[in-house]
Amino acid sequence: METPILEVRGISKYFGSVIALKDVSMHVSAGQVMCLLGDNGAGKSTLIKTLSGVHKPDEGEYFVEGERVDFNSPREALDHGIATVYQDLAMIPLMSISRNFFLGSEPTKGWGIFKRFDLKRANQIARDEMSRMGIDIRDPEQPVGTLSGGERQSVAIARAVYFGAKVLILDEPTSALGVKQAGTVLRYIAQARARGVAVIFITHNPHHAYPIGDRFTILKRGRTLGIYTKDDLPREEMIRMMSGGEELESLEHELREYKDLALDNLADAFGKEGKSLH
Amino acid sequence: MTAQTIKKAKTDERLLRESGLKKLFRRPELGAVSGAILVWLFFAIVAGDSGFLSLRGTANYLEVAAELGILAVAVSLLMIGGEFDLSVGSMIGAAGMMTTILAVEFGWNIWAALFASLIMALIVGAINGFLVIRTRLPSFIITLGTLFIIRGLTIGLTRLITGRTQVGGLKDTLGYDSAAAVFASSVEVLDPASTRGLTADFPASIFWWLLIAIVATFILLRTRPGNWIFGIGGDVNAARNVGVPVDRIKIFLFMGTAAAAWMVASIQVLSVGSADTLRGELREFYAIIAVVIGGTLLTGGYGSAIGAVFGALIFGIVQQGIIFTGVDSDWFQVFLGAMLIVAVLVNNFIRKRASETK
Repeated sequence: METPILEVRGISKYFGSVIALKDVSMHVSAGQVMCLLGDNGAGKSTLIKTLSGVHKPDEGEYFVEGERVDFNSPREALDHGIATVYQDLAMIPLMSISRNFFLGSEPTKGWGIFKRFDLKRANQIARDEMSRMGIDIRDPEQPVGTLSGGERQSVAIARAVYFGAKVLILDEPTSALGVKQAGTVLRYIAQARARGVAVIFITHNPHHAYPIGDRFTILKRGRTLGIYTKDDLPREEMIRMMSGGEELESLEHELREYKDLALDNLADAFGKEGKSLH
Repeated sequence: MTAQTIKKAKTDERLLRESGLKKLFRRPELGAVSGAILVWLFFAIVAGDSGFLSLRGTANYLEVAAELGILAVAVSLLMIGGEFDLSVGSMIGAAGMMTTILAVEFGWNIWAALFASLIMALIVGAINGFLVIRTRLPSFIITLGTLFIIRGLTIGLTRLITGRTQVGGLKDTLGYDSAAAVFASSVEVLDPASTRGLTADFPASIFWWLLIAIVATFILLRTRPGNWIFGIGGDVNAARNVGVPVDRIKIFLFMGTAAAAWMVASIQVLSVGSADTLRGELREFYAIIAVVIGGTLLTGGYGSAIGAVFGALIFGIVQQGIIFTGVDSDWFQVFLGAMLIVAVLVNNFIRKRASETK
């Protein structure tokens, strides 16, 4: 088996007496989409913050391309090619697309005090990169705020890919989006994968994960329930494992009772109506 | 799966087409430019025959605009970066007084005195920035504090050294002529419309104002730090996450506003020949008003230095225009406050139109 581009072994993270992650292992290879699934509070956020260098794990090991790493900041993770796109702070709405795209890594021309931001090149690259992702931008100088939510996410994805991300961590990129926009983002994830990027896609929506994922890691209460491929795991089984089968079943049972109750009431009402009509 | 198998997203015509008019509306300074034209027209009609339109009248309001504009341009960069500096007003008093005392009481060459007060201003600016970063308190609070500290120190130290609150005699000190030539000279221009050969004096401050505005605009729109200033003001965490040196830029911006205050102070003391501990009072608010009228967002991340130039121009036109109309100039402040509120409303409307999510 080839060396995974990113791998963690036995990661644990504690916040005081709270066990956020316990003995979590996972790995992802180039050109692969690993879906990280889990209900709220399962530890998804803690895991990605650990992967992206925000948190340091209390236990366990972290490898990038087979080499042991120890990140002290998100910047260090970024230098190793691990880019994280957060759902909320991906873009600055009042800044233009290309200014957002190159924020912190602006191309320059000229020397000394005449060194300046090469806007023309920035606009050109931003337009090209977006069209490689399948979005046609006519004006890269329009504010990001005029884009839809899905397109903002895809600017962030295109930016990460352009700046040499080998691993792309996407934190719930589809959760705030409508069906069509989520589809747009899923398409860009597929584009990034086609370009050889390893993608870690965090979501709590199995319907977004299932079509795009190659592997699935399911987190529950800070532990991993294992890594699955699509063949191992039919969609219904995935949903059952994510939220805890028995909880869902009991909920279903409860809902059915409400339904029966409603039907009974309805029948009673109609019964009376029927009588008064006669 | 390969790239070929993935369906290419179709161009969404609705989202990506933008008219040229909308592009114009996107400029933050649009409101201030049209506002400046409006107030100029107003006073041209109301006070045109009493000298507002003459070359001397023009020089008059440009001088007022320039002294505020130098400050407003620096403040606009800081405010786009998401911070306030209320201490610039008292810094004008402090820097002017320090230059004057060093030259008059201690016999320094005036250039050395100017240099020393510039260093003092830069250090105070850096302290402002450092305190804001370290304490994570709003800069409004920090600089409100330093506003009073600087003013108090200026009055206290000046009285301690000289026994007065005003120090004169700068015109007799070493190097005055050359320093005055740089900061406080003026160009005499013959009014072509005048039949009696009237002339108007255009002070050097106008030149400094425009030069600083050009440099600031270049930094803001055409350099990496300029992009960082927008990013920091727009979303400080997002900027930090992509590796923008947030703390360093903020400290530089505070040093910039303090240096602008020093510049205004130098122009003032060299043209009057004396310093007063109360110089620059309320200037911090006038600068913020000019910047906000110029289209800069109070919360940062959006705005322009050119807008601040026009904000200061409006200020100058109104303040001098009222005098030309013969109306009591007490009414100036009413006008100023009302204009601020109207400008913010107009700017909010324009910005919403320009950047709303569809």
